[in-house]
Amino acid sequence: MTENGDAIPLVRLEAVNKHFGDLHVLRDIDLTVDRGEVLVVIGPSGGGKSTLCRTINRLETIDSGTIYFEGRPLPAEGAALARLRSEVGMVFQSFNLFAHKTILENVTLGPTKVLRKPRQEAEKRAMELLERVGIASQAQKYPAQLSGGQQQRTAIARALAMNPKMILFDEPTSALDPEMVQEVLDVMIGLARDGMTMVVVTHEMGFARRAAHRVVFMADGQIVEQNTPDEFFTNARTDRAKDFLSKILTH
Amino acid sequence: MDELIRYAPDLARGFAVNMQLALASAVLSLILGTVLVAMRVSPTPVLRAAGAAYVNIVRNTPLTLLLAFCALGLSDKMGLVFSQNPSTNGFLLVTMGLSLYTATFVCEALRAGINTVPFGQAEAARAIGLTFSQSLRLIILPQAFRAVIAPLGSVMIAMIKNTTVAVAAGYLADVAFAMKDTFDKTGVSIPIFIGIALAFMAVVLPIGLFTGWLSRKLAVAR
Ligand SMILES: Nc1ncnc2c1ncn2[C@@H]1O[C@H](COP(=O)(O)OP(=O)(O)OP(=O)(O)O)[C@@H](O)[C@H]1O
Ligand SMILES: [Mg+2]
Repeated sequence: MTENGDAIPLVRLEAVNKHFGDLHVLRDIDLTVDRGEVLVVIGPSGGGKSTLCRTINRLETIDSGTIYFEGRPLPAEGAALARLRSEVGMVFQSFNLFAHKTILENVTLGPTKVLRKPRQEAEKRAMELLERVGIASQAQKYPAQLSGGQQQRTAIARALAMNPKMILFDEPTSALDPEMVQEVLDVMIGLARDGMTMVVVTHEMGFARRAAHRVVFMADGQIVEQNTPDEFFTNARTDRAKDFLSKILTH
Repeated sequence: MDELIRYAPDLARGFAVNMQLALASAVLSLILGTVLVAMRVSPTPVLRAAGAAYVNIVRNTPLTLLLAFCALGLSDKMGLVFSQNPSTNGFLLVTMGLSLYTATFVCEALRAGINTVPFGQAEAARAIGLTFSQSLRLIILPQAFRAVIAPLGSVMIAMIKNTTVAVAAGYLADVAFAMKDTFDKTGVSIPIFIGIALAFMAVVLPIGLFTGWLSRKLAVAR
């Protein structure tokens, strides 16, 4: 996939396999993500999209194959793994904000405890990020007091506060009421414009068309097809993809 | 009624001992219970097994037996002596036995609390690069504690009342011993029974009310 063969991709998966018991959820996955690239992963439910996403920061282990981050295999455990995770942000479908901490504390926790930044510096940066995602005025509230859209924007700020080299998004707008989807997508589009490397599991085609460099279609644990958003949405090559698109396009 | 007034100073001194035992055991059992629950949920199988074994053995042993074991077994037979002063040594042996015992209940209450914390919390903690012990300390346990303040209050209340079996460790200073000692002199006295019961209630009831109030105040909204 890399045109300029000398540059090492940020992430490379090589013949990755993963089972849950008898279920073969990732089958010989080969995939690269370049720096600055925005990848949208799309496909039917149960196809392995979340699992793929989660193997990249090793929230899921793999059975065989190798995942490289900046050219080095992912560390298996301990401090090296914690460091990797601090460099790879993750935004979850259900936000997962720390329920007993304020919005501001949610954003400063990683910088102070993982990156060991002084509190003042971490808070200053956190307020800048909360400003950027449009919820600075909510900084002293608790997650449960915010709307879903605001919580998800906080989660994005929390990820950004670690100065990550990339961010993984697993269906970041699927749990939101429809009127809140766009405010989260707008933040993500902004990130993409600023050159953040992103892997985004989503069915939001508007986002894919506007921000993605590449769409990866996954089904039954395999990457069935990948292409530019325009090509993929107008000219899908495989029947699986055409069939899937015909279903989501009718909505 | 006269005997209650006459022996009140002795009884009060005994009751103060119970309160000191309770205070020391509260601190120690909360610490040890937290360590135990950390072991029980740790990713290391050996620690998990050791934590589970400890809790299941100690929690299912009668407290009087445990206290007698601390005094007669560990101290007399195996030479565990905290202090050359027998009274201090007795106090510390009872505190140890009571803390070892109560910690198992603290551990199980906290473990129930951990089960109320959604899995996504630990996952988000790992995802920003917190280590296992950091996510336990900063994310999981604080939420678990808040979820079980009321049950922990009950554990502490039971522990406070359990200080009255200190005699099982041969430690003859608490209010239950003082009561029996008084009865030996005056015969059994109903007012003394009631007086001591009221003293315990005066301590325990506010704890129950306070922990109930605190648990509502600190409940984590989700
Ligand atoms: N922890 C787990 N234990 C067992 N099976 C699992 C686990 N996580 C996922 N699976 C199964 O693995 C398969 C792939 O799951 P995955 O969540 O990766 O799919 P997905 O493409 O993200 O689907 P969706 O669109 O529904 O989120 C599914 O059949 C799922 O039931
Ligand atoms: Mg999924």
